[in-house]
Amino acid sequence: MEYIPQILFAIALIVGIGYFARNVKKLTRNINLGRDVDANDNKSQRWKNMTMIALGQSKMVKRPIAGILHVIVYVGFVIINIEVLEIIIDGLTGNHRIFAPAGTIYDVLIASFEVLAFLVLVAVIAFWIRRNVIKLKRFLSAEMKGWPKNDGNIILYFEVVLMGLFLTMNATDYQLQLNGATGYTEAGLFPVSQFLLPLFDGLSNSTLIIVERTAWWLHILGILIFLNYLYFSKHLHILLAFPNTYYGKLKPKGQFDNLEAVTKEVKMMMDPNVDPFAAPPEGAETAMPAKFGASDVQDLSWLNLMNAYSCTECGRCTSECPANQTGKKLSPRKIMMDTRDRLEEVGKNIDSNKGEFKDDGKQLIGDYISHEELWACTSCNACVEACPISIDPLDIIVQMRQYLVMEQSAAPMELNNMMTNIENNGAPWPYNQMDRLNWKNEA
Amino acid sequence: MSELLKVPTMAEFMAAGKQPEVLFWVGCAGSFDDRAKKITKAFVKLLNKANVDFAVLGTEESCTGDPAKRAGNEFLFQMQAVTNIEVMNAYEIKTIVTTCPHCFNTIKNEYPGLGGDYRVMHHTQFLKSLLADGRLSIEGGQYKGKRITFHDPCYLGRANNVYEAPRDLIKKLDAELVEMKSCKSRGLCCGAGGAQMFKDAEPGNKEVNIERTEQALETKPEIIAAGCPFCNTMMTDGVKNKEKEGQIAVMDVAELIANAKDL
Repeated sequence: MEYIPQILFAIALIVGIGYFARNVKKLTRNINLGRDVDANDNKSQRWKNMTMIALGQSKMVKRPIAGILHVIVYVGFVIINIEVLEIIIDGLTGNHRIFAPAGTIYDVLIASFEVLAFLVLVAVIAFWIRRNVIKLKRFLSAEMKGWPKNDGNIILYFEVVLMGLFLTMNATDYQLQLNGATGYTEAGLFPVSQFLLPLFDGLSNSTLIIVERTAWWLHILGILIFLNYLYFSKHLHILLAFPNTYYGKLKPKGQFDNLEAVTKEVKMMMDPNVDPFAAPPEGAETAMPAKFGASDVQDLSWLNLMNAYSCTECGRCTSECPANQTGKKLSPRKIMMDTRDRLEEVGKNIDSNKGEFKDDGKQLIGDYISHEELWACTSCNACVEACPISIDPLDIIVQMRQYLVMEQSAAPMELNNMMTNIENNGAPWPYNQMDRLNWKNEA
Repeated sequence: MSELLKVPTMAEFMAAGKQPEVLFWVGCAGSFDDRAKKITKAFVKLLNKANVDFAVLGTEESCTGDPAKRAGNEFLFQMQAVTNIEVMNAYEIKTIVTTCPHCFNTIKNEYPGLGGDYRVMHHTQFLKSLLADGRLSIEGGQYKGKRITFHDPCYLGRANNVYEAPRDLIKKLDAELVEMKSCKSRGLCCGAGGAQMFKDAEPGNKEVNIERTEQALETKPEIIAAGCPFCNTMMTDGVKNKEKEGQIAVMDVAELIANAKDL
């Protein structure tokens, strides 16, 4: 009988982590639906970027208020997880506060968890006020209606509940320690939860134990539920921010990839020795991509798809976007959200069709992202610069423009004129190339 | 002002069996757009003044392919790139300077992958190096003490992290450099990039260049300095829209330096 809590705990842990692992597998499968690209060059720079941007939050603090609040929640999350380690060991071994023999170190740890938990509560409440009372513009865009808005709030409620349970657990534990209850040896410092003691004034030890145990159980179950909530939420960024910043673009932002398939064709066209009527060599057919550019998620690179899952919908990209600022439909955040939503849809399609994607008559372009949005982009890189975790919405926009132009000839008429001019006379305007140096002699 | 510009071509250099120290890539705007041609000439005056042994490609120059690439036409871009690279490699070009950040970005970053490896500089970087080498001096002249704000071109700033060269030059004019609320890495686009220059904007509630001009006007400048012919056009239109063209000039950094020297 005495092992029942430990068995229950082990079951909860296995179910919680197992279900999460299953979803991580699905997530990885979905990301790998993307085109293969190599991003393993310059590893030292990549580690440095991850350390600075994800671990060090260097881009978050570009906006000081949101940045500092976020750093508090982030540090709180990371540090308080040391406590989760103790909870897991206690839960599996049937101990209580197994790290307590660490003495002063333990006191300092518990005290710092408490202070951080309090600060996290304050920061989370500030976040909630920013979203729901102050109504910051970037949280009110069209793409933030419905689930994205609820998702943002649910995460905040989760954190309030978890921190509340943590402090309740500590407060009752402290009271039990003061009462000299068996099993509750004096350990830890409780600079925050001591103020909760009046709430439990006059309760018997047995009631206190029930409250303490309940808070303890709900806290760890809450963490497991929250872990599993991640996959269904924008909150995945707490994990994906790390690979995302590691694999982020290292080249200058202005450098767009040159399409290799096009290079081959162009080289062939320019080579006077090529026989245009020669039969293609064996295997040449497969070397050509099925299409130029991207019309759906499978055409994008796995990096683009990981970007989409990493996006936490903060909207810094959209608030810096010149098109969005001037009332155009384009929102870089929506590009990322649409990519993720379509990828999820494709993933579910694969799941329900025995591992094969069955054409559903839909695609990312048109059904999720309109031509109008794509053509409003000035390619200014403000969104890329603004992203705190190195997401690149511009790369997706450009690949979709490539599809529209090279596969569909669906560029706006004026752009077709511009391109015809370049083709015919080497300038975007209808001037003769032979007149290029005329300025020299003009007054 | 009226003295004749010396603008030798690569073909002339080759005929004489010589190699210039730098190729001046003029760009389409610099060659054909009336406003941008003034920037081209101002820069050439400075090159002449500093006795820089430069050449242009002249009629052998063609669009870098930047607007085609940003519009999604990778075929056209690569056709242009490969053609230009063939010409420049035949002339054994090593160093290129250009007054257009779009040409700068494309040649510097996207040509190497297609066989075109050059040292590429924006004209503000090149002018700064002339200054450092003592080949060119900058006087404040008519701009001494003037309030000047600099609009960062996206393809110079964010795209390539060049923020200081143009600012250093403006400071050398003894002018008062004032920054807009969004500048450098957070500078707002003028609205022309990504091939937007060649089409109408999508429906919205404002033009991007008006938004940017308003940000510039907040600094109460006497001059809005630019480093890109397209930004120059957009900001000039914005200032006209606000009916401020009488009080506020939109000038390229090269023009400011050339004018200050009465060139």
